[in-house]
Amino acid sequence: MIDGSMRGIGVIEFRDVHKVYPNGTVGLKGINLTIHRGEFVVIVGLSGAGKSTLLRSINRMIDITQGEIFIDGKSITRAKGRNLRRHRRDIGMIFQSFNLVKRMSVLNNVLSGRVAYHPTWRTLLGWYPRADVEIAFDALRRVNIQEKAFERADQLSGGQQQRVAIARALAQQPKIILADEPVASLDPVTTDMIMKDLKRVNRELRMTTVVNLHFVDLARAFADRIIGLRAGEVVFDGPVHEATDDVFEHIYGRALREEDRKLEGMSAYGAS
Amino acid sequence: MALRNTEPTQTGLSTLPQPPKQLKKNLSRMLWTALFLVTIVGAAWHTESDPRQLAMGWPNMWRLLSQFLTPDWVYMKKVLPAVYETIRMAIVGTTVGAIIAIPITLLAARNVTKNRFFVFLSRTFMNLIRTIPELLFAAIFVAIVGIGAVAGILAIIFFSFAIIAKLTSESLETIDSGPLEAMTAVGASPLTWIRYAVMPQILPAFISYTLYVFEINVRTAAVLGLVGAGGIGVPLNTALAFLQYDRAASIILLIFLVVLLIEALSGTLRRRLI
Repeated sequence: MIDGSMRGIGVIEFRDVHKVYPNGTVGLKGINLTIHRGEFVVIVGLSGAGKSTLLRSINRMIDITQGEIFIDGKSITRAKGRNLRRHRRDIGMIFQSFNLVKRMSVLNNVLSGRVAYHPTWRTLLGWYPRADVEIAFDALRRVNIQEKAFERADQLSGGQQQRVAIARALAQQPKIILADEPVASLDPVTTDMIMKDLKRVNRELRMTTVVNLHFVDLARAFADRIIGLRAGEVVFDGPVHEATDDVFEHIYGRALREEDRKLEGMSAYGAS
Repeated sequence: MALRNTEPTQTGLSTLPQPPKQLKKNLSRMLWTALFLVTIVGAAWHTESDPRQLAMGWPNMWRLLSQFLTPDWVYMKKVLPAVYETIRMAIVGTTVGAIIAIPITLLAARNVTKNRFFVFLSRTFMNLIRTIPELLFAAIFVAIVGIGAVAGILAIIFFSFAIIAKLTSESLETIDSGPLEAMTAVGASPLTWIRYAVMPQILPAFISYTLYVFEINVRTAAVLGLVGAGGIGVPLNTALAFLQYDRAASIILLIFLVVLLIEALSGTLRRRLI
């Protein structure tokens, strides 16, 4: 039921993208990138390297100051109002802190992923068509949490909340999924589970997936392609097998430390 | 490693941070106390208030109190409709005030309204309204719509609106920004965004403040009658004017009971919300 391919193909293109924050901080410097359909891209870099800025510029959570970003050939940089909302509808986003509405049920949280498909009066009343409820349950099933559908979101553990957040993104029937440090506030076991969920969704539904991560091992275990950022510039872009330790040291601009590699307690990752 | 360094070394004690010298602190404390006393005594002097007046009035107070202690029970039954009117005024006034408060609440919160000018405008409006006391509002509306409950209701509407909007918009600025971000990313239209990201987070506070303002309003509605704006205050005013203290006592006792009851009720409701 949830199928990324039916909503376009999910190609992201950056053309000479710059971002300078109002306080003068440079976020991005001359980014040129094309992310292809169905790719699982992991963006790595030290904190402050511009990972989050890059990711958030894709769905205009952050406005860039120069250049242009295209989604399937259409400029999101120039999109306004309804047009921008339609762009955002087709891009699911997952956050470090889950960002669920805690006082709402899991099902209603997932259904809120459907709002951009309906007229405002309908979403204000909360009258979702039967098909939407089915889409929501399908999304919950895909991340294996359908039995929690009628619980309040704040009753769930961190890992469960993140899975609900993934289900909300899936309910959007997006062609692209963005995940901004999706596992940074989770423990090692849950981290592994969430990353596998993202990977499975990427494979099964062919949704282009862009993830910000800061652990080397995690990036290597799940990425098809790794993009390394340093001080707002792309300093590495290549398939995962080319991202050797030397490459990571180049991205980080220093020798790799034990804490860069993995969380304590993580053993091995297996991307399913 | 670092933890083991907490053992005191030979020079350890002398290098610990010392509390600041006490003398300066004591001096400033004395100065403040003096200033405080001078202000109070000075204020009393200039308003010609004298504690001896209270002592001289003591016999009067005793007479009044004995009359108060013998309320007119039959009369109490007769003013019950006025009590109901008071409560109705509070209900209508608070409800309408709360509804009007919603849009201004949203406009006055910086995390909801990005346009600084609108935020400034709505805040200034709220603050202006709040500078006007309720009784003054009531007097103004009596002049406009005439004597009666309508004037009282209008006064309550304005007062409730300003307080509820002020308190709720302040709470609104402290809500979790996560859902706001998420609903933006989902592509929600502005109203949908408010419905899904803002409303569930602010509703408990909004209802709680409304109930609280309702409690205040029942109390205020009781005295609005003093300026002719309806409610139980009207017979109270009459009773006091004709020196019928037994009747006044019945009314005050009634107000006391009603206020207690309403406060208990709304208190229970508010606790349930959290």
